[in-house]
Amino acid sequence: MSSQVNRPVEIRWHGRGGQGAKTACLLLAEAAFFSGKYVQGFPEYGPERMGAPITAYNRISDEECSVHSNIYTPDHVVVVDETLLHSVDVLKGMREGGILIINSKKESSEIRQMLGGYDGRLCVVDAERISTETLGRNFPNTPMLAAVVKASGVLDQAQFTKDMKKSFEHKFRTKPEVIEGNMKALTKTMEEVYVE
Amino acid sequence: MAIRERMSGNEAVATAMRQINPDVMGAFPITPSTEIPEYFSQFMANGQVDTQFVPVESEHSAMSVCIGASAAGARAMTATSSCGLAFMWELLYVAASSRLPLTMAVANRALTGPISIGNDHSDSMGARDSGWLQIYAENNQEVYDNFIQAVLITEAARLPIMVCQDGFITSHGVSNIQLIEDEKVKAFVGEYEPEDYLLNDRNPLAVGPYGTAPYYMEVKRKQAQAMMDAEEIIGDVARRFEELTGRSYGFIEEYRMEDAETAVVVIGSSAGTGKAAVDELRERGVRAGLIKLRVFRPFPAKLIAEALSGVKAVAVMDKTDSFSGNGGPLFSETRSALYDRKERPLMVNYIYGLGGRDVTVDHFFEVFDALGRIAESGEPGETYRYIGVRDAEERRR
Repeated sequence: MSSQVNRPVEIRWHGRGGQGAKTACLLLAEAAFFSGKYVQGFPEYGPERMGAPITAYNRISDEECSVHSNIYTPDHVVVVDETLLHSVDVLKGMREGGILIINSKKESSEIRQMLGGYDGRLCVVDAERISTETLGRNFPNTPMLAAVVKASGVLDQAQFTKDMKKSFEHKFRTKPEVIEGNMKALTKTMEEVYVE
Repeated sequence: MAIRERMSGNEAVATAMRQINPDVMGAFPITPSTEIPEYFSQFMANGQVDTQFVPVESEHSAMSVCIGASAAGARAMTATSSCGLAFMWELLYVAASSRLPLTMAVANRALTGPISIGNDHSDSMGARDSGWLQIYAENNQEVYDNFIQAVLITEAARLPIMVCQDGFITSHGVSNIQLIEDEKVKAFVGEYEPEDYLLNDRNPLAVGPYGTAPYYMEVKRKQAQAMMDAEEIIGDVARRFEELTGRSYGFIEEYRMEDAETAVVVIGSSAGTGKAAVDELRERGVRAGLIKLRVFRPFPAKLIAEALSGVKAVAVMDKTDSFSGNGGPLFSETRSALYDRKERPLMVNYIYGLGGRDVTVDHFFEVFDALGRIAESGEPGETYRYIGVRDAEERRR
């Protein structure tokens, strides 16, 4: 495959229709854009059904990327719903050294077992708990986004935190109470999660 | 100073529309172009435009609204896709033969049969002989730039224009874009001052009357002439646009064609994927090149023929099938363009990406591999080929 020096970082998202995986993917594109990168954020569309498995993709690079295809050999994979592990081969094509970032309450050993003894790099994030503690409801997007940034190292964390504050202030200017909650969710996730 | 932004192709088109602030927009939603009237109606609600927004019950009526508005002397626009474009069919010919300036954004999507919302070019390619100008984009930047240029092209050529982009791939894909300041766009497109129009009581005229046999053919001949004359207009507008933005646009883009031995000819977003393949092949010492068509109507036959005449083997790629037994539309026209040349490359046709089927850098490697073999052996082999079609045995797996 590609030997390009400036190959973009490629990320594949797995979620279920209605859970916000597409939104999280577009949020990551936005965060990367703020930090001066070239970005692509795009979902793979099919018949739209709530709960059906969906895939979304990011390319993030320092130079413009002209490729317009789906991603088959991602650097990292994000799983927003662990029940997908039963039906979707989420590790398919993942590059050597890539990180699987998964939203789950389970122990990492259990996740590894569910993946047939996966011994690669893994980052488990309990997005539901973090979101409930900080936002009062289960909105997994902000924790998942923060986990991807921390685990992958694709963006500078301090810059990311600053940019997202601005973005939340813009997005939620009519609901300022949500801004603080989201920022808490973001920083709490970045403190908690680690790659093993 | 350009404005650094990120947005989808649909938002880019809607942004261009906001900056242009047309007199009339006829709108009926259809996936994947629905977001264009959605964004635009937000601009309406915010008071950012003072367009007469006419939500109608079908695409047939959306096009009728635009035709009526344009005939009355207004600057009119709409957006559509797939079956929506098909439902406009009858009116497409009315707009073109009445020589009405109109700008239509098309987010290309497969036509039904089987039902699909995926991208291909069957919708606009089916309308290739309707007398509309057609411009295609590789990415969100190009669709934005093309749309702004289109307004001037359609008004000078007095032919309606389709500004096409690949549905979902660029219409819904978010990426970086350089926007032009509102006031610069407004100054670039200026005020529309039609020569003849129905609301001009000093010069009454009829639009769309019956064409009796002694007159019909002259109307058609003039329409054909207008299409040929549009060539110069498209070039002029591109030059002015380059002065404004520094971004240059031709009828075709020749990518690493200088000394190319093998080349692909392609339209739309897959051109970007093909360029990545060409870069990689060049690193390996393969003399590969790519030609991207930006303007399909009028067809830049001479330019393509010149660009391809020194190449040994060429693959022309069609994102639609003509079911003609004689290749897709881009292939037929490209091959025809080369007929009168003494030096002609060997040429094959690839049908690809139908109904949203993904096309990758690896697929382009396969195409260039095949071209390498053709160039070496001098034998084109099978002329009509398909990318990634599974045979019956593979389908069962």
